[in-house]
Amino acid sequence: MRLERHPILEFVRGKRITFTFDGESIEAYEGETIAAALHAAGIRVLSRTRSGAPRGLFCAIGKCSSCLMTVDGIPNVRTCVTPIREGMVVESQRGPGKLNPVFRHRPHEAVCKEAEVVIVGAGPAGLSAAKVLLNHGIRPLVLDENPHLGGQLIKQTHKFFGSRAERAGTRGFSIADELVEEIEGEAEILRQARVLGLYCEDGRRVLAVAHAEKLLLVAAKDLVVATGAQERFLLFPGNHLPGVYGAGAVQTLMNVYGVKPGERALMVGAGNVGLIVSYQLLQAGVEVDAVVEAMPEIGGYHVHAAKIRRLGVPILTSHTVVRALGKERVEGAMIAQIDGKFEPIPGTERELAVDLICLAVGLNPSTRLLEQAGAQMGYVPELGGRVPLHSPLMETTVPGVYVAGDCAGIGEASTAMLEGELAAFSLLAKKRFEVREKIALVQRSLEKLRRGPFGERPRTGKEKVFTLMKEVAVG
Amino acid sequence: MAEFRRTGVLPLGKLEGKVPPRERLLRGPCATIECVEWIPCNPCEEVCPVGAITVGDPITNTPNLDFERCTGCGACVGTCPGLAIFLLDLSGGIARVTVPYELLPVPETGEVVELLSRAGEVLGQGKVTRTRRVGTTWIVTVELPAEQIFEVRAVRVCNG
Ligand SMILES: Cc1cc2nc3c(=O)[nH]c(=O)nc-3n(C[C@H](O)[C@H](O)[C@H](O)COP(=O)(O)OP(=O)(O)OC[C@H]3O[C@@H](n4cnc5c(N)ncnc54)[C@H](O)[C@@H]3O)c2cc1C
Ligand code: SF4
Ligand code: SF4
Repeated sequence: MRLERHPILEFVRGKRITFTFDGESIEAYEGETIAAALHAAGIRVLSRTRSGAPRGLFCAIGKCSSCLMTVDGIPNVRTCVTPIREGMVVESQRGPGKLNPVFRHRPHEAVCKEAEVVIVGAGPAGLSAAKVLLNHGIRPLVLDENPHLGGQLIKQTHKFFGSRAERAGTRGFSIADELVEEIEGEAEILRQARVLGLYCEDGRRVLAVAHAEKLLLVAAKDLVVATGAQERFLLFPGNHLPGVYGAGAVQTLMNVYGVKPGERALMVGAGNVGLIVSYQLLQAGVEVDAVVEAMPEIGGYHVHAAKIRRLGVPILTSHTVVRALGKERVEGAMIAQIDGKFEPIPGTERELAVDLICLAVGLNPSTRLLEQAGAQMGYVPELGGRVPLHSPLMETTVPGVYVAGDCAGIGEASTAMLEGELAAFSLLAKKRFEVREKIALVQRSLEKLRRGPFGERPRTGKEKVFTLMKEVAVG
Repeated sequence: MAEFRRTGVLPLGKLEGKVPPRERLLRGPCATIECVEWIPCNPCEEVCPVGAITVGDPITNTPNLDFERCTGCGACVGTCPGLAIFLLDLSGGIARVTVPYELLPVPETGEVVELLSRAGEVLGQGKVTRTRRVGTTWIVTVELPAEQIFEVRAVRVCNG
């Protein structure tokens, strides 16, 4: 199930290696994650719950805990972000997993480190912030939990929207390469560095980071949090079955690791993500039986819908997935038309013989670190749910802590890059750099990208955030 | 709600003024842009070597094409991230449509392919007269019955 040929991507695979899964020897390539390697070998059931229900991966970016397995005797390893290695012993677990009684924790001192500015998350927002800081002689420390930098961009094979100045017309993964190249060697970058905690007390900001099997404590003067977003789940019977994947996971499997996520798919959600990922599935040689959308109209841009329509993919508005069929993995999907109250209309149920149900039902900002640091949050549905309150200059209610990109409200890569720049300029302004004109310029570009009917949601969302922020400042 | 927001298929009525006139097409290939919503996008404007496409400010304007200025070079066809630009041509008594193509296998010159409508219906077959690459996107030109140039917007390799 590895893709050998792809119309856009070239997969450069590492050395061939062997590992075992529940005692069975399996071949893989260096550079793949454990979950990707297992999927390529046709294994979708990674573990089981206490009651024996099968579990597979869902998010593939280390956020949902659906892919936990026991690796080399250590339980609850997130196999979707852990690289596979020669000779690894991978085991499925039942329930929470058990620590091998002979396993002894090796105590080691935490490593301490200081940095003038720390950037958490190296997606388009974080990378753009880093670039601006470097241009002003500040060398930031950039932390990202993924083995690859670029955030969501690395999975995007399509050419991007936005203005040419924000690299529109260039394919997402190439934008990631360009951004990384601009800071590589100059900024201090730690890959596979997961920020577990953020503590802001007495004007000190300390990050707890898991890196290279050590705990790193980083004291930072200023901080840009650009942790992106995570996918929403949907309630329906059978949604636990392996083969119900988030759109991002499907993209990671097929576009980063070159592993076919299934043979026939149902896409749930006709926003831009659902439409684009449907097209990417076709490019990877996966059939798309249908796209269902609960709303009476398509949410994404018409041009993205047109791409899949002319290749024969039906888009069924006012439709939803009613249940996933199958015992051990997805063997089909039941869809139905829904009425004005989003209730299935009896008699409209239809079965599709798919082995993949891909959910593209929206994103929530990843804000855990900010909440932990005591940043005030607000519920703004236009921006994807709970978002950190921030000023038009991207500063949160915790002084010296800035936000940018999807974690400050779901947007686009183009706006994420601009917000990253804005956060960096705003931080520089506090340090008495003369950047007023730059700030005005970036704000103008942001405002222009948020015009028109599709810009209405982020536009009103941001206005709400700024108003809430003002109220907090006054109160 | 506009019907195409439900179906994903643009009716010809929505394209009034966006389709080059017949007299222009008799003189050679010309672009047609099926991008009718206010979305923040402008690579087509930037890539056109003769400045035939205008988006302007703000970037959410829909693109406007000057049919007289367009040389039919195809740069925009292979650049538009919406895959929303096509070339139409009625010169020399032969009708041709050029579409962006990002699947495998890539059809070869001379190959007979299926012709697909905006709704994915098979409208017939046509012969590929040219394939070339613009950046990483292939653009494929097919010969087809003249009455189909306003309908065919994709091709599919037979038994592909
Ligand atoms: C299918 C799809 C198509 C899209 N198409 C377009 C398009 O055409 N045009 C456009 O402009 N936008 C597009 N987008 C949107 C765009 O990709 C996102 O808006 C953008 O990537 C957000 O950037 P970001 O930097 O905020 O977050 P992300 O790109 O999500 O990056 C966040 C980074 O933070 C890291 N991270 C998170 N938590 C931690 C932690 N605790 N410790 C360490 N690191 C952490 C993650 O590993 C990740 O690398 C698309 C998105 C999708 C899913
Ligand atoms: S075909 Fe060439 S000349 Fe015509 S609009 Fe496109 S880029 Fe410009
Ligand atoms: S590049 Fe394509 S999608 Fe973007 S504005 Fe031009 S025609 Fe529309």
